[in-house]
Amino acid sequence: MASSISKELSIRSWISQKLLLGKSFSAYVKDLQSPFNVIAAVILAVGLPITWIRFTKGIGAVSNLSNNNPWGLWIGVDVLSGVALAAGGFAVGTAVHLLGARKYHPVVRPAVLTGFLGYFFVVVGLCYDLGRPWRLPYPMIVSYGVTSVMFLVGWHVALYLTVQFVEFSPAVFEWLGWKKIREWAAKLTVIATVFGAILSTLHQSALGALFLLTPGKLHPLWYSPFLPVFFFISAIAAGITMVIFEGMLSHRIFGDQVSAADHHSFDDLTLGLGKAASAVLFTYFCLKWVGVAHDYRWAYLGTPMGRWFLLEVFAFILAPALLLFWATRIRRAELVRLGAVWAVTGVIFNRVNVSMVAMNWNNPDRYSPHWMEYVVTITVITVGLLTFRFIVNRMPVLYKHRDFDYEH
Amino acid sequence: MKIKRREFGKLLGAACLGATGSAKANEYFAGWPDSYGMLTDTTLCIGSNCRKCEEACKKVNNLPPHKTPLSDDSVFEKSRRTDSENFTVVNRFENAADPERPIYVKKQCMHCNEPACASACLVKAFTKTPEGLVIYNKDVCIGCRYCMVACPFNIPSYDYFDAFQPQVRKCTMCYDRIKEGKIPACAEICPKEAITFGKRKDLVDLARDKIRDHPDNYIHHIFGEHEAGGTGWIYLAGIDYGKIGFPDDLGQTPYPEYTRGFLSAVPLVLIIWPVMLIGFQKLSQRKENTSKQIRSSKEEG
Repeated sequence: MASSISKELSIRSWISQKLLLGKSFSAYVKDLQSPFNVIAAVILAVGLPITWIRFTKGIGAVSNLSNNNPWGLWIGVDVLSGVALAAGGFAVGTAVHLLGARKYHPVVRPAVLTGFLGYFFVVVGLCYDLGRPWRLPYPMIVSYGVTSVMFLVGWHVALYLTVQFVEFSPAVFEWLGWKKIREWAAKLTVIATVFGAILSTLHQSALGALFLLTPGKLHPLWYSPFLPVFFFISAIAAGITMVIFEGMLSHRIFGDQVSAADHHSFDDLTLGLGKAASAVLFTYFCLKWVGVAHDYRWAYLGTPMGRWFLLEVFAFILAPALLLFWATRIRRAELVRLGAVWAVTGVIFNRVNVSMVAMNWNNPDRYSPHWMEYVVTITVITVGLLTFRFIVNRMPVLYKHRDFDYEH
Repeated sequence: MKIKRREFGKLLGAACLGATGSAKANEYFAGWPDSYGMLTDTTLCIGSNCRKCEEACKKVNNLPPHKTPLSDDSVFEKSRRTDSENFTVVNRFENAADPERPIYVKKQCMHCNEPACASACLVKAFTKTPEGLVIYNKDVCIGCRYCMVACPFNIPSYDYFDAFQPQVRKCTMCYDRIKEGKIPACAEICPKEAITFGKRKDLVDLARDKIRDHPDNYIHHIFGEHEAGGTGWIYLAGIDYGKIGFPDDLGQTPYPEYTRGFLSAVPLVLIIWPVMLIGFQKLSQRKENTSKQIRSSKEEG
C-alpha cells in the first residue's frame, strides 16, 4: 500500500517536473492565460471545425482547388515554403559538424528543432491536401513509382524526418535524464548530418524538379531546366535566414533560458550567419539571370508577368542580399535580422509564384485561395509554434544541460 | 556504314556507363507495336444537337447523366473541360473561314505514348498498357494530384467532394470493352463516323490518306502524331489546332524526358556527397587538431 502511494507521488512529481514546468496543474493552467495563447485558442476554435469539414466533406468543401488548379496555397506555402524554411537544420548542421564552423554550435539545436518541426508540420499540412492521406506510406511499402520526382520527395522527407529526430534526440534524452542512450545518440551526430545533407540536397532540389513537368503551364520566366538548382540554393538562403529569425524570436521570448555570455555572442553569430546568407542570395540572384539567359527569355521581361518577375528578383532576392551584406559590413545585428525576415519572405514569394501566380498563367481559370484554406494554413503554423514552445520550455535547446558534456 | 558507326558509339557508351538497357531507353519510343488508338476527324463532327459520344461515355462509365437535354446547345457557350462526371466533352470553336459552320472538337484523354501522368505518379497508379491505353489504379492512388499538374492536356480530374474514396477520373479508352473485343463506346455511337478506332499505325496511315485525298479539307498536320512524343488519340482538322483548343506549344519531347536528367543525377549525389562531406569533416578536424597542438606547444614554450 505504501509503495503504491509513493509510486503515485513519484508519477505526479514526474508529470509536474517534466510536463508542467514544475508547477501544480492548477497553477500551470492559470499561467496559460497569455495574449498569445488567447489568439492561438481563437485560431484553433476556427481551424478545428474546418479540419472536421475537410475530412468529412472533402477537399472541395473548404478550398478553391479545382481540376485546372489542383495545387494551391497548401502546396505553395505549407509544403514548398515549409520545406525551404526548414532547411536551416541541414545548412547549419553541415557547417558546424562537417565544415568545422564550431562557433555556430549554439544555434545547431534550435535550428535542428526548427527543421524537425518544420518538416513534421509540412507533413501535417500535406495531409489536408492529399485525397487519401492515410495512404501516405504507400510509396514506401505498397507501390513504387520510381520514375516520379514525387517518389523521391516522399521517400526523402520520410527519411529526413527520421534523421532529424536522431539529430535532435540527445536533447530529448537529456530532458528525460537517460544518459547512456544520450551518449549513444550523440555519437550518431556526424553520420546523421552527412545523411541529412545528402537527403536535403536531393529533396530540396526535387521540389523544384517537380515543376520540370510543367513546361506549358509555368510561365517561361519561372520555368527553367535549372529549377532544381534554384530551389536548392534558395532553400539554403531560406534556412540560414530562418535560423537568424528564429534566434531573434527565441531570444526575445525565451530570453531567460539563455546565459549572459550567449546573449553577447548571439549578435556575433547573427552577423556571421547574415554574411553567409548574403553570399548565398547573391549566388541565387546571378543564377536566376543565368536561367533567363539560357532560354533567351528576355522578351518576356517587358510583359506584366515580366514585371512581377523583376519584382521578385530585385525586391525579394537582390535587396535583402544587399541589406544583409551592408549590415554585416557595419556590424549591425538588428539590420541583419531585418534582412533575414525580408529574405525569408522572398523565398516564400518565389514558392508562391512558382506554384500559384506563374502557374497556369495562360489559363483563364485562375486560382485564388478560399478563406478556409488560409485558416487551415494558419492553424497548422499555430500548432507548430505551440509545439516548438512546448519543447523549448522543457528540453535543453537554447541552453546546455548542466549534467551533460557537449564535446560531440 | 553510318548505322555501324552509330552502333559502335552506342556500344562504347554502354560500355562506359555499364548499361545497355539505359542506352536503348534513350531512343525515341514510338508506342507499343500494334497498340490501339483513336482518330477524331474534327471536320466531320456535327456537335450541335448531338453529343451522343458524351452520353455513351457516361453510360459505360456509370457517370451521372447530363443535367440538360442533349439538344440544348447552350452548353457550347462556355468552353468545358473534362471532369469527374464527364470523361469526354465536345466544345465549339469559331470558324473564321466559314462562320456558319463552327468547329466542334471532342476532348478526352489523349492516351500518350509516354504519358506525363504515369511518369509523375509516385505510386505507379497509371499504366500505359500494351494495348495502348492509359489506365488508372484507384487502389494505390494517394491523391497528390501531381498527374493533373503534369498532364499537358489538363485531362485528369478529381473527386473533390468525396472525403473517403476520392479518385482521379479520366477516359480509359473503354479498357473493359476492348478487353471484351468491343470498340470504345464513343466510336461506336458516333453517327458521323468522326471517331475511328483501330491500330494506331493504321490510323496514322488513314489520316495521311485523308489529307492526301482531300487537301482542301485538312491542314497538313495530324495532331498527336508527334506531339509530346506522340499520343494514342490523334486528330485531323481544317484549321490550326491552336485555334480549336489544343496546346500549340507542346513540342515533340515526351514528358518523361523533362525529369530524366534530374533523376539520373540522383545516384551521383548519393555516391559523391558522402565521400566529399566526410572528407571535409576530416579536413576540418585535422585543422582543429593542428591549431590545438600549436596553441599547447606555444603555452609550453
